[in-house]
Amino acid sequence: MSKKIFVCAVMVLAMAASAFGASFKIGATGPLTGGAAIYGMAAMRGAQIAVDEINAMGGIQFELRYEDDTHDAEKAVNAYNALKDWGMQVSMGSVTSKPCEATAAENFADRIFALTPSASSAAVTEGKDNVFQMCFVDPNQGTASAQYIGEKGLAKKVAVIWKNDDVYSKGVYDTFAENAGKFGLEIVSTTTFADGNDTDFSVQLTDAQNKGAELVFLPMYYQPASLILAQAQAMGYAPKWFGIDGMDGILTMEGFDKSLAEGVMLLTPFNADAKDDRTVKFVAEYQKRHGEVPNQFAADGYDCVYAYCQALTQAKADPSEDAESLCPKMIEQFTTMVFNGLTGENVRWSANGEVTKDPKGMVIRNGAYVGLD
Amino acid sequence: MIFLNFLISGISLGSIYAIIALGYTMVYGIAKMLNFAHGDVIMVGAYVCFYAVSRYGLNPFAGVALAMLVCTVLGMVVERLAYKPLRQAPSLAVLITAIGMSYFLQNTALLLWSSNPKVFPSIIGRGAFKLFDGRLSVSHVTVLTIASCVVIMAVLSLFIGKTRLGKAMRACSEDKGAAQLMGINVNATISLTFAIGSGLAAIAGALLCSAYPTLMPTTGALPGIKAFTAAVFGGIGSIPGAFLGGIMLGVIEIFAKAYISSQLSDAVVFAVLIIVLLVKPAGLLGRMTQEKV
Repeated sequence: MSKKIFVCAVMVLAMAASAFGASFKIGATGPLTGGAAIYGMAAMRGAQIAVDEINAMGGIQFELRYEDDTHDAEKAVNAYNALKDWGMQVSMGSVTSKPCEATAAENFADRIFALTPSASSAAVTEGKDNVFQMCFVDPNQGTASAQYIGEKGLAKKVAVIWKNDDVYSKGVYDTFAENAGKFGLEIVSTTTFADGNDTDFSVQLTDAQNKGAELVFLPMYYQPASLILAQAQAMGYAPKWFGIDGMDGILTMEGFDKSLAEGVMLLTPFNADAKDDRTVKFVAEYQKRHGEVPNQFAADGYDCVYAYCQALTQAKADPSEDAESLCPKMIEQFTTMVFNGLTGENVRWSANGEVTKDPKGMVIRNGAYVGLD
Repeated sequence: MIFLNFLISGISLGSIYAIIALGYTMVYGIAKMLNFAHGDVIMVGAYVCFYAVSRYGLNPFAGVALAMLVCTVLGMVVERLAYKPLRQAPSLAVLITAIGMSYFLQNTALLLWSSNPKVFPSIIGRGAFKLFDGRLSVSHVTVLTIASCVVIMAVLSLFIGKTRLGKAMRACSEDKGAAQLMGINVNATISLTFAIGSGLAAIAGALLCSAYPTLMPTTGALPGIKAFTAAVFGGIGSIPGAFLGGIMLGVIEIFAKAYISSQLSDAVVFAVLIIVLLVKPAGLLGRMTQEKV
């Protein structure tokens, strides 16, 4: 008799512990050091702010752990394994594409649900029912850019400079070229560069200028873009410039002459200048903690945690459940729910893990991002 | 006119390769080793100059002088720690050590200065000389780079050809053992070679980043490899050869981009290199030395 009571007491205590003290463990990898650290740090800091906000509300509780993968696929898998040992219940994949392709395969094999903030290559989600993206998949950025330029009547004749040894750049370029015609754009000049000849852009710019391009599309990261802008100015060539999310960060380069980026447009899902309450609050908190304006990666990280909060609440999930039992519940929630976050309203996911939301056009004015619409 | 514009772009790019190649070829010519860390010493020089000018408001030329001092010391320390113990080792071991040194410098820079790219303030501004009613422009940096190349080339040639230390260097290059027997301090001579080569690297770093202003820990690595190619092209060990090779490499690269394909430019550059080496195995101005057995 007394034994039975004891067992009951233990069970009650265990349940109480799970209902009150316990929290969901979110694990993620990202480049916290090395060449891509700017992205990993931003995603981690954004996610941490969301976790702190949600925990302060007292309802569902989270515990976030980031492991460094230095933007390396092999290190990412080691980091993922460390997180699994720690008891990760849901995952935020990896921050950058190449490592995330590796960890997503592990997530799929281990049946641990993953929602990556920013790994945008199509291979991350392809063929994996439990890996989802918060950011646009690369090819969509090309289509969305062509559509935006065409529908807003920004230009008819367009030049593209892309980096031909980079999957990110190529993915965007391919779909841009494929869809440009549909939106009334004519690509008059296509030129490339690669690691090792990414210093001099006079040929590419002269080609665009001679063929009368009114707008130059730059599907690349901001570092070569900053050189292109400087060299175009030295040549006296001033077309419209249009970038994608990799352009985000150009203003934070130390020593960069911000007037060079004046008028540069880019499509990005997050606008730190937006005046809605949530964005203002997030930007203020981020600035207070880290002394800089958050970029899109920070907002993606923040949104991931809130999306998990919504999905876990709706699924009435319990922190004592293991990753495998949470996985089908999360798949069900993410394919049916509608989420509103910093990086878009009415965010939905398709069964293959890709996200749909409206991209926001932004333009750089007086050294700051301003919404275009 | 467009042709001339491309030619000028090619020369500006080539002059950067040339100034880096001078350091490569100088060290190779004397110490008979490929110092693959040369590109990374350039990066260190550029960072020192960047911090001196941007953060501490030093005069740009004082910044370059400081960078030269730091790089000279760095070059000597690297030589003392990494290369000197391998003086008698097979040349392959030295080559691998040099590659290791290159990665070591890059990763140390990553830790010290982080990976975020910085924009280098040009040491002489971003102006340009305008010709033909502004249809042609030659930037000041290009003119300065070519002038520096010519001056450095002349001074180095005179130094190696006319001074006692230069004579010692040539002796070491020819036969270390015999030089030692003749009373030349071989270790001190090679150390001096590295000091000069690394001092030149600092100037190259400041000019490289003045022309193409983003600065990252990997900034020196790829231009370093291209400059090495240029040095081989011109005839490694030959000082005028490095200059010629650098300029030609830059011009070929730009013309290949402009008139053949921007996707194939590197392939074209290296195809030309292979052809030149097939016809003249010692490079354009290189000397074939006959080994007597």
